[in-house]
Amino acid sequence: MIAELGHFALILALAVALVQATLPMVGAARNQRQWMAVAGPASAAQFLFIAVAFAALTHAYVTSDFSVLNVAQNSHTDKPMLYKVAGVWGNHEGSLLLWITILALFGLAVSVLGRNLPPGLKARALGVQAMISVGFLLFILLTSNPFARLDPAPFNGSGLNPLLQDPGLAFHPPLLYLGYVGFSMAYSFAIAALIEGRVDPAWARWVRPWTLAAWIFLSAGIVLGSWWAYYELGWGGWWYWDPVENASFMPWLAGTALLHSAAVVEKRDALKSWTILLAIVAFGFSLLGTFLVRSGVLTSVHAFATDPARGAFILLLLVVSIGGSFSLYAARAPWLKMGGMFAPVSREGALLFNNVLMATGAGTVLLGTLYPLFADALSLGKVSVGPPFFNSVFLPLMVPMVVAMGIGPMLAWKRGDLAGALLRLKLSMLLALAAAAATWMLQGGSAGPWWAAGGMGLAVWLALGTLAEWAERVRLFRAPLAGLPHRIAVLPRSAWGMTLTHFGLAVFIAGMTASSAWKSESVQTQKIGETVTVAGYAFTLTDAHEVAGPNYSALEGTFTVAKDGRPFAVMRPEKRAYRQPPRPTTEAAIHGTVLGDVYAVIGDADGKGGYVTRLYFNPLVPWMWAGAAMMVLGGLVSLSDRRHRIGAPQRARAKA
Amino acid sequence: MTRKRQRLYFLLLGMSALGIAVTLVLMALKQDVIYFYSPSQLTEFKVPANKRIRIGGLVEVGSVAKEGAITRFRVVDKQSGIDVAFTGLLPDLFREGQGVVAEGKLGADGGFAAAEVLAKHDENYKPKEVADALKKSGEWQREEGPAR
Repeated sequence: MIAELGHFALILALAVALVQATLPMVGAARNQRQWMAVAGPASAAQFLFIAVAFAALTHAYVTSDFSVLNVAQNSHTDKPMLYKVAGVWGNHEGSLLLWITILALFGLAVSVLGRNLPPGLKARALGVQAMISVGFLLFILLTSNPFARLDPAPFNGSGLNPLLQDPGLAFHPPLLYLGYVGFSMAYSFAIAALIEGRVDPAWARWVRPWTLAAWIFLSAGIVLGSWWAYYELGWGGWWYWDPVENASFMPWLAGTALLHSAAVVEKRDALKSWTILLAIVAFGFSLLGTFLVRSGVLTSVHAFATDPARGAFILLLLVVSIGGSFSLYAARAPWLKMGGMFAPVSREGALLFNNVLMATGAGTVLLGTLYPLFADALSLGKVSVGPPFFNSVFLPLMVPMVVAMGIGPMLAWKRGDLAGALLRLKLSMLLALAAAAATWMLQGGSAGPWWAAGGMGLAVWLALGTLAEWAERVRLFRAPLAGLPHRIAVLPRSAWGMTLTHFGLAVFIAGMTASSAWKSESVQTQKIGETVTVAGYAFTLTDAHEVAGPNYSALEGTFTVAKDGRPFAVMRPEKRAYRQPPRPTTEAAIHGTVLGDVYAVIGDADGKGGYVTRLYFNPLVPWMWAGAAMMVLGGLVSLSDRRHRIGAPQRARAKA
Repeated sequence: MTRKRQRLYFLLLGMSALGIAVTLVLMALKQDVIYFYSPSQLTEFKVPANKRIRIGGLVEVGSVAKEGAITRFRVVDKQSGIDVAFTGLLPDLFREGQGVVAEGKLGADGGFAAAEVLAKHDENYKPKEVADALKKSGEWQREEGPAR
């Protein structure tokens, strides 16, 4: 009964979305206030209905109602409650329902928080949102109904994929979706602005906080997924350039670029049509990501068993929305008035430079991700494009970007003084070169990879450049020290956000470089009592026995790890065998220190009293997580800035 | 600074970014793209040893042997097969009779030294390359698992 209610609510939501997609648009075209005003209540009603549907599915999961096909296929009474709830979005149908719930939530947020938006813009943006809604609701209702019944109902379900039974993964999809769907806001506003033919700083002030919020969620979602892969897959790696990872990375790149170019529109009324294009592209990448994951056209670790009809439907959605918006863009962009002028060497110039590099980077990732499809279609053979391609194409493009990130914030708007900026950065430059040289010496010259020195140099350059810019803002060495606390206190939060985020990226680059360059790994069979030394850490396998979990049994190994003859840690990796569905998973044991992670994995017994073990020392990996956390925190701090506060776009600037 | 001039700068910046990217991509496509072969294609084409490739097929039942951390197994399709050696922990879903993709290099002895054996999330799922290659060689009997 409750499942049918959920299904019915989805159909009602579709009806409401159809109204919301048409009436306000027509109203805005004819300038009829009442028609435009329909958008507000419609978005509230749409959210209500979709929330009812989502609640109905959650209810079915929590009560283990196996007469619902989706629950029977993906849940089990043995499962802990957290994974019963997470199971709602741990499958195709449920994750789409989550997608549309988040979309409706964003729509509601616009109508509630956007009281002081110009009515035409608001009506049109909500109309565009509703169009996206219609597309996805149709997709769910026609191809992926989560409420389909199963008769007779089985006594128990087939369980959730054990790899997904992990706290990290319980929150990974919702965060990622908040990011993906968050870019729909920028997109809807961009389309609305194109229809109106007007983009001004007020528009950018509206779009920025939404884009920033989406960026924060997407960053957090990507990092959570990467962290999960690191400790759950047991391969000691954290990024594989897998098609689905790329699918989340491309919108992130486009979104990061959008964030920066929207700042230029807001501050200087320039780069308007470029910003609109980025808004379309960012959401286009989000849709493409959904398509790649859901259609199974590419081999990836995320491959869900798939249905060609679904792939075709999303492809159609993709073609209509992206094709339509690009046509609209082509027709309308020339109308957008070019705004403020700026010299190539200026803050705008530097932002544009990095924007172009990021967009190009996203383009190369797109090419590498889709190349196997092209190659197959053109009969060039079956190929896979893996890390070597991306490392040799994407990373070189990011080097000039990071170099410019150090300089850009030092340049003035409109016309900057490059020589002056470089002069103020000479200490950072010298120390970066020193860091690169020191790295080279420490790794024993060409005993380590040549790019490690470059990576460390770049990290130091960006960190110091960011600090130098902060010091300049608070006039650390230029004004009397007495006023310093006050100057720090009045520094706007958006400035703090930038400093934190850029510094976080520097920390991330250091961690990424070190962990890729100097990882130590050892694979062997170990008998109980045997010791293997990796990077100075002596791993002794002291015990291995069976333990029982709520819905699995596991082989748990105990390693006593010693460093320089002193006890360092006791680590207990597991190899789990889940009962339903019957499938093994690997639970790595990780002991983190500031300098790196000590990482142990246990595998099968070899039948002669030994166990296959895999031991790693992954240098500076915690730095990556710390750097990413700083970036997310920086985004949050910036979002809390008065000027960015959602719903306060018209207010005068905060005292700066 | 005129508008024309500014547009020219934009254009130059865009073109140079594009040019650099295209150069990098073309260079990488030459060296860094990994080709996939089924066992029967390996006998058909001359694949140079020491070039990183991917192979895929079914793990022959009864062929898996472990010597310490080294696992040896045979990847087959209907017509042909190849011996594979892999050092390390196999992915959790590696099983006899299941589809598998391995990445590595051909050795001088005609065997395949795998550097990586790919794991998949879903046991109903068969890597697309493997499915296509198996269909081609006539090995495909089982229907794809139940739709989810």
